[in-house]
Amino acid sequence: MMIEALIAVALTGALVTFLAPNRVAGKLAFAVSLVPAALSLWMFTAFDGSGNALLGGDLAFESRAEWISLGEYAITWFVGLDGISMPLVVLTTVLVTLAIVSSWTPIDERESQFYGLLLFIEANLIGVFAALDFFLWFVFWEAVLIPMYLMIGVWGGPRRKYAAIKFFVYTNVASLVMFGAVIALVFGLGDPVTSFGLPEIADAMVNGDGVQRTVLGIAPGTLASLAFVAMFLGFAVKVPVVPFHTWLPDAHVEAPTPASVLLAGVLLKMGTYAMLRFNFTMFPEQVEAYAIPIAAVAVISVIYGAMLALAQTDLKRIVAYSSVSSMGYVILGLVAYTTFGVGGATFQMVSHGLISGLMFMAVGVVYNATHTRMVTDMSGLADRMPVAIGILVAGSFAYMGLPLMSGFYGEFTIFFGAFQSELLAYAPAFTALAMFGIVIVAGYLLFALQRTAFGPYRLETDYEIGRAPLHDVAPMIVLLALIVALGVAPDDLLFEMITDAVDPILNGGEF
Amino acid sequence: MEPIQLPEWTALAPALLFALTALALFVYDSIEPRSTNRTVLAGTATVGSLASLTVAVWFVLAGVGTPGVDGGNGVVDLFGGQFVVDQLTLFFSIVVAVVATLVSIASYDYMEGHAYQAEYYSLVMLAATGMTTMAAANSLVTVFIALELSSLPSYALVSILKTNRGSVEAGLKYFLIGALSSAVFVYGVSLVYGATGHLQLEAIANNLGGAAEFGGLLGLGIVMLLGGFAFKTASVPFHFWAPEAYEGAPAPISAFLSSASKAAGFVITIRVFTTAFPLEEATAVIGIDWTLAFVVLALVTMTLGNFAAATQENVKRMLAYSSVGHAGYALIGLAGLGAGANDLVLGAAMMHLLVYGFMNTGAFLFVGLAEHWGVGRTFADYNGLSKQAPIACAAMAVFLFSLAGVPPLGGFWSKYFLYVGAIEAGLLVVAAALVVNSALSLYYYSRLVKALWIEDPVAGRDSLSQPTGLYAAIVVAAVVTVALLPGFGPVAEFAIDAAAAVVP
Repeated sequence: MMIEALIAVALTGALVTFLAPNRVAGKLAFAVSLVPAALSLWMFTAFDGSGNALLGGDLAFESRAEWISLGEYAITWFVGLDGISMPLVVLTTVLVTLAIVSSWTPIDERESQFYGLLLFIEANLIGVFAALDFFLWFVFWEAVLIPMYLMIGVWGGPRRKYAAIKFFVYTNVASLVMFGAVIALVFGLGDPVTSFGLPEIADAMVNGDGVQRTVLGIAPGTLASLAFVAMFLGFAVKVPVVPFHTWLPDAHVEAPTPASVLLAGVLLKMGTYAMLRFNFTMFPEQVEAYAIPIAAVAVISVIYGAMLALAQTDLKRIVAYSSVSSMGYVILGLVAYTTFGVGGATFQMVSHGLISGLMFMAVGVVYNATHTRMVTDMSGLADRMPVAIGILVAGSFAYMGLPLMSGFYGEFTIFFGAFQSELLAYAPAFTALAMFGIVIVAGYLLFALQRTAFGPYRLETDYEIGRAPLHDVAPMIVLLALIVALGVAPDDLLFEMITDAVDPILNGGEF
Repeated sequence: MEPIQLPEWTALAPALLFALTALALFVYDSIEPRSTNRTVLAGTATVGSLASLTVAVWFVLAGVGTPGVDGGNGVVDLFGGQFVVDQLTLFFSIVVAVVATLVSIASYDYMEGHAYQAEYYSLVMLAATGMTTMAAANSLVTVFIALELSSLPSYALVSILKTNRGSVEAGLKYFLIGALSSAVFVYGVSLVYGATGHLQLEAIANNLGGAAEFGGLLGLGIVMLLGGFAFKTASVPFHFWAPEAYEGAPAPISAFLSSASKAAGFVITIRVFTTAFPLEEATAVIGIDWTLAFVVLALVTMTLGNFAAATQENVKRMLAYSSVGHAGYALIGLAGLGAGANDLVLGAAMMHLLVYGFMNTGAFLFVGLAEHWGVGRTFADYNGLSKQAPIACAAMAVFLFSLAGVPPLGGFWSKYFLYVGAIEAGLLVVAAALVVNSALSLYYYSRLVKALWIEDPVAGRDSLSQPTGLYAAIVVAAVVTVALLPGFGPVAEFAIDAAAAVVP
């Protein structure tokens, strides 16, 4: 009942915060969010699952209940965690708590509604990572959209309406494509599968006979391929992968800081997490068949995203585009289909969640102080706000993959895994190309830092620049501590747990 | 312990309680004419509707109407088969009672300072009596009487704002088209009687064989009955009255008509077509499969309704046209009776009507709230309301996303089941149209969400009052729309059971 408790606390908290007066909402939401954060950390230490949730592993905190029975297909409440989802749940709860603290400064109107939405989104994100029934999962998946749409649309910047609608339309259409694919797949699986339980579907696909029935006149073999492609496209928008990335910079630039933190920190991971669960777990054959195009897309995302970041002068856009680039690494790791590749990709999901959250917070603090995000307008900020800029520099180093920080381990394992991939033809070539992305990342981050942080102080605004308040800095320090901790002891803290859940995927469900 | 045995006629209690409440209101009105004591009047109506709802739910839990259960609990036949109380009856009684309750609560504020208050509430109760009776009617005569019993008070209710030209005009249009469709309906009844020699639905079904030589006559009769039903459910081509009437009527009445009255129209359509004209026998006699008519009707209704809704500037008209679109979704339940998964698709349509009872009523009541505030009628007038009334606007967002069929909410589930039902029945075109229309509807529903939450108000507004009744009704409707999600299991099972019982 632990997962239910997490979701219930967040949901009730959301309702209470929504109804609370504006003046106490921020503190109230923070207090509420400490409960799921503490609970999930305890769950992390008490975690006793093993194997992969979809391939017959032992789940931690599993619970299952009848929900809706519809003719021959049952829909159940089925949640549980394995080594892949557990870290992501912790990432969600921790990041939401920190995002709430980081909203105290920038959010100054309709606070109770904003914090209510933040807690509501937390409940649904936990649901996405814990749900093991397709319908349940889809409910949470879609429910994430509405609060994010409102957060961008109500509290966002000048072009917030455009950005909110674009975000909503893009991701909703993608969800529909993916939804149709999964439904068709389940119908195509035929008699042994009588529920939408993800383990059942995965079992039928991997260990069973796979798709057998003709659906809507589409032959079984074609159906499996079509479902694979449609799911991949559906998730690719969420990740996002070039060329479906254009909603992301718009959404990021217009979104308020805490929404950006969650968007980059957790929402993008929904896409890669779903890819791992659906595409890369259920369709080993199709992964092999489509490995090269997927790897190509990943590498293009890495390079193109980084080049776009290089061309920006808006700090927030730089970080936003660099997310496209970083998520490209994750997909490369997935398609490598080796322990280090897939494990590293999962590690990188967590690591990038922490680092990008940190970067957006840092940019937010700079913006709060200077009221500009343009690199060209700033210079020598390090003199005036040493702590915040120090953290921005540290975050940038983490982004570039400095050793002893989590980004290094994530990227290194991905490259290592991708290099030795047997599934992916020309794996070394793809890896080498992707590694070139690191150079560009270092380029644009150093470039931006050099112009904003260092050099003589110059700022063309009327605002007095002062040190950031403690509650703006504290969440960033927590994130930095986590990044370093994961960078110093990645194996003990996370990677063993992840590989335990990843290995069954690569062995086709057998040990 | 022996279960308490009640006389058989008590099975009609949900309808009788409405009738009693209406009479009580009349009595009160004659003791204290022109009373504007809103607490007593709205309170009586609310208590009456709640009583009816409680009894209907109790009957369901006690297993009344479940086939194969003996001891006064099974399907209850009354007055020689003129009325029947089965799961279908109870399901729709619940829908009507729910809407009537919400409308009564909301009218407490909406009708503030209005003249004919006692009349208003008793007319609502009478109309609800008619609708609940429609759910139980099992003969073309009782169907017709119930239909008129719900229609006549509705005409008066639509035009009850006597000083408002729109309201009076809407009432007149509604009345004229209603009278015409009643005539068409009665003519259809007489043709069916002429062909089969019976009015009781099972008797018609049993005597279809004897009507072989009157195939054309019977076919014409069926088409005319269909016309009457299409009017009541606001389906194309008899939908023209709906936007006018819904727009002109007081908002709670719009909610009442578009949710409860529509559901009642569907229950008689389901009952008459499944019981009196079993598909195979009827096809043998009239030479054409009547589900075809519903396929066409469903396609045209949902498409036309949604396209018309997408072009509206007036919020109430948009909701009115979208309710035409939703009639099209519900018609899929009948269109899908032709092949495969009968009970599934019909059950899905019933579920949709139940969910619709909450979300659509809630949406119209929100419009009523806006009218109460006097903010205006267009999308632009609704801009930025969430700044002043976040709770009501949050509820409205729930209704709109649910109407659009966005996944976590009740509307998604019923639409999804309709979709699966349509696929299993082989109606691929209809299923595709459902998806396309839902996607289209997201456009205009989210436009209103955008106006409420994202746009800034054009002009400054005075602070808005928080009328208790309207707020209570809206919040309850929103909570149920969300709560139907975890509670969908039993609802779905009951709906499918009820559908399975009437599908041959």
